[in-house]
Order: sequence, then C-alpha cells, then structure tokens
Amino acid sequence: MYSSTVMDHFHAPRNVGDLPDADGVGNAGNPISGNTIALHLKIADGTVTDAKFRTFGCAASIAASSMVTEWVIGRTADEAASIENDTIAEALGGLPPTKMHCSAMAADGVRAAIKDYRSRHGTVRKD
Amino acid sequence: MDSTPFPETALPMASTYLDHNATTPVRSEVFDAMEPFFRDRFGNASSIHRFGQDARAAVEEARAQVAGLVNARPGEIYFTSGGTESDNLAIKGTACARKADGRHIITTNIEHSAVMNSCAFLEREGFEVTYLLVDENGRIDPGQVEDALTDRTILVSIMHSNNEIGTVQPVGEIGGIVRARGVCFHTDAVQSAGKLAVDVEAMGADLLSLSGHKIYGPKGVGAIYIRKGVEIEPTAHGGHHENDVRSGTENTVGIVGMGMAAELAAEERESEFRHLSEMRDALEARIRVEIEGVRVNGHPQRRLPGTLNVSFPGAEGESLIMSLDLAGIAVSTGSACTSGAIEPSHVLLALGRDPRTALGSVRFSFGRDNTMGDVDYVMSRLPGIVSRLREVSAASAGQVPV
Ligand SMILES: Cc1ncc(COP(=O)(O)O)c(C=O)c1O
Repeated sequence: MYSSTVMDHFHAPRNVGDLPDADGVGNAGNPISGNTIALHLKIADGTVTDAKFRTFGCAASIAASSMVTEWVIGRTADEAASIENDTIAEALGGLPPTKMHCSAMAADGVRAAIKDYRSRHGTVRKD
Repeated sequence: MDSTPFPETALPMASTYLDHNATTPVRSEVFDAMEPFFRDRFGNASSIHRFGQDARAAVEEARAQVAGLVNARPGEIYFTSGGTESDNLAIKGTACARKADGRHIITTNIEHSAVMNSCAFLEREGFEVTYLLVDENGRIDPGQVEDALTDRTILVSIMHSNNEIGTVQPVGEIGGIVRARGVCFHTDAVQSAGKLAVDVEAMGADLLSLSGHKIYGPKGVGAIYIRKGVEIEPTAHGGHHENDVRSGTENTVGIVGMGMAAELAAEERESEFRHLSEMRDALEARIRVEIEGVRVNGHPQRRLPGTLNVSFPGAEGESLIMSLDLAGIAVSTGSACTSGAIEPSHVLLALGRDPRTALGSVRFSFGRDNTMGDVDYVMSRLPGIVSRLREVSAASAGQVPV
C-alpha cells in the first residue's frame, strides 16, 4: 500500500514539534473531520532555516508532513511558495491515488506558512 | 508475497490477531470436514447418481447443522454466498414479493453496509425507508419501531449485534411488535452466531442472515433463515436450487464447512462467551486505567463479548492501526480509509461522536485462539503508540480538540 519512504517517515517522522519564534505558521486540512497540519517555519534572509510540524491524520499525511519539512528547509520563500500539490507525493516515492490529498495538504501547509510569513513581514511579492 | 515494500512488515514477528469481527480462520475440524469435497466427493448435489446423492446428503446434513445453531427447521435454511447476499436477499426479496402491500421499510442508522446499501437501492426504486436513530450506546428502543410502523410497512430490518461496536439490540421485543402487525422482520445475526444465543423463535424473526467466515468457517458461504410460509422473490433466478430461493449449483465444499462451523459454534457458545468476555473486559479495564482520555463506544453491558471499540482522541485510526500492525497487532477501524479521503464511521457518528473522535477509533475483536497473554502484549505497545501519535498531532498541546 505504501512505499518504504512513506513507512519510514510515518514510523520515524522528522521535525515533529512547534517553533515558538516561527516566522510563518501554516494551518491546512479539515479541522472538523479530516487530516490537519500545523507547519512552523523559521525564515532568515528569505530562506527557510528550520521547519516543524504537528499533524493529525493517517500514515500518509504524517509521512507527507515529515517529508515537507525536509523538502522546505534550505529553500527560498519563493521556491517554497511555488510547491506543487504532488511535489511531496513524488518525494515520498508515490502515494496511492486515494491518498494524494495528503500530499496536497502538506503543500497547502507550506503555502499558508509562506503567506503568513509575508503578511507578518510585509514582504509582499515584488512581481 | 515477499515483495512487501516495507521490510518490517515481512518480519516473522509474533502476531496477535484481534480482528475476528472482520474474519476468522477456518478451524481445523472445519477444514477436515471440507477437504474430501474438493476432490473425491465432488458431485453436484442436483445429480441423480451416487456422486450427486453423496453431495446432496452432505448439503442436507449441513442444513440441519445450521438450523440447529438458530433453532430453526432445516427446511427453513437456505445457503447463500455469505452475509452480504443473505442481507440483499432478505431485503430486496421481501420488497419485491410484497411491494403490492406497501413500499415502506424500517431499519436503523447503524446497519452493516449490506443492509444499508440494499435499502438505499430500494429508495432509488421508489421505496420509502425510515432509518431509526440509535441512542448514544447504539441501542434502538422497541417503542421507536412501534411508532414508525405504518399500514404500508412491509419489512423491518434491524441487526442483532453491530460489527463495529458490538451493541446488541432488543430484537426479541422488536420482533414481537413487528410480527403482531403482520410485517416481515429481518435481523442480521452475522456477528452474533457462536457468541450469543440466536433463536429465531425467541427473536420473532421471519428472516435472519448468517455468514460462514465469522464463525471459523470458510469465506464465500452464508445462509438465510426464511420462516416457513414467508415469501421472498429470489435475486438470482436459475435452475431452482435451494428450493428456488437461491439458484446456482450448491457450493458443497463451503456449505459443508459452514455446517461444521455452525455445529461447533452452537456447542461451544457458552464457554466462548465467557472466554471472550474475560479477555475483552481485561483489555477495556487496562486501557481505561493506562491511557488518558479514552472513550469506549457501544453499550457497556449489552454488547458482543469479544468486541471493544475505543476512541483515542488526538490519534487517527489508520495511523493507530498501521502502528499496531508494525508491532504485530492486527485490529481495524470503522473509518473507511480505503475509499479515498478518510470518512468517519457512520456507526460512531450515529452514537453522536464528533467526526474527529470517530476518526480516532479502533476496534479490537477477540477470538477463540486469543489468550490473556495477548491482552498483556497489546498493553505493552498500545500506550506508547497512542502517546507517540498524540505527540505528532499535538493533541497534548491543545491544538487538536480532544
Ligand atoms: C453485521 C454483518 N453483516 C453482514 C456481513 C457480510 O458478511 P459477508 O462478509 O459474509 O458477506 C458482515 C461482515 O462483514 C457483518 O459484520
């Protein structure tokens, strides 16, 4: 059902937690009846330097959340904001079709966190 | 088999199977009874020659064995392909046979999908279906049935025991009310057989569904009890097998297996009830003490002996199940993670659980081969798994409603 990368990230998720001094926080998912992610980013000079997550959800959404923290660290805010819905699914070695929404939720979390960062820091995109 | 993508799942680890409401293994007495019918005793029960006579005798013996399990006469038992077909036959078969008398059906909001979706099909065909709402323990009050009956009601279908939470309905009282009104009463006793007394007379049942693979028989075989004189229209028309109720050459191997399983289930029911209750009660007590913030779903007393459904708010069901599976513990969740985006169990929602809590629920269902050692093993792993997932979801930090 799941790739070994998914199982690895599910079983030993990276970067679980919160960043009390986060520069951007992204909440995504369905808090009433589904998976949710809270993604905290630390951003210095326009580059993500740290990321932590909390996720309520199935194995795929926990793995996607863990993977998205690894993916986002070291990227610029612009790169992060342009994440595609299936970026994380690909990084995980694929997800079952019925679990693609978990990859999309992780991407939504990144976009929301960058948006939060920009609104807090007044760094509206110049283009 | 060996291409398991995650090597840990392929490890020959101790495995603790606690998913007997999903299915049970074929017990060895049953397997031994079935074996000759694969090869040497292969006859078609409808054939006139001795091969056919041999198969016929075996099918009729199995019919008597199943009849014995539910206090019916052998002539009132018909073999099917399983619980799903029995439920379909009971509901659609009655609807079709009685539609001239009315087009109203009464059922509940916690039925198995075989009943629920048969009723949904009939709604699309113009029947009216009343879904009685269970209380917070999953029970229907017989008075609700009485109030819902109309002159146009042709069928009441209420399950004896629920597969997810184990709640047992007051079927005897309901059956009395329904039959006094001349309405047909069906009950799905798939989960009850072998664990609780299933007596078509005490229940006042006109139709009753059974399945082989929940009672240590094979998969793909089941039975329906149809009270003498109750008419139903077949769903499979053909060569007039099974007294024209269910056509198709008899699945002799499966039927023989189901017969043996039924006989043993009847014989061992009382000791099985005690054994299953003891293990379930021990697990329930330890979970309540050793894990914070849990909620047990189902009726505290009127419940199947081996079934324990627990919500662990802050942890999600599929994650719990996969973590337990990695620890060699097989359980299940009512939430349908198979059908796309997670959908909370309709049964838990019917109890009034909020969707998040419903999503964090696990069903443990014990069987005859389990021991108290299995309870100890589960409790050596479960608390750690729940707290790990709660940590990941930050339930502890109050970010997720508990
Ligand atoms: C209550 C109930 N009814 C019906 C069924 C369906 O039985 P089968 O799997 O034999 O089709 C099941 C099993 O899942 C069940 O638990």
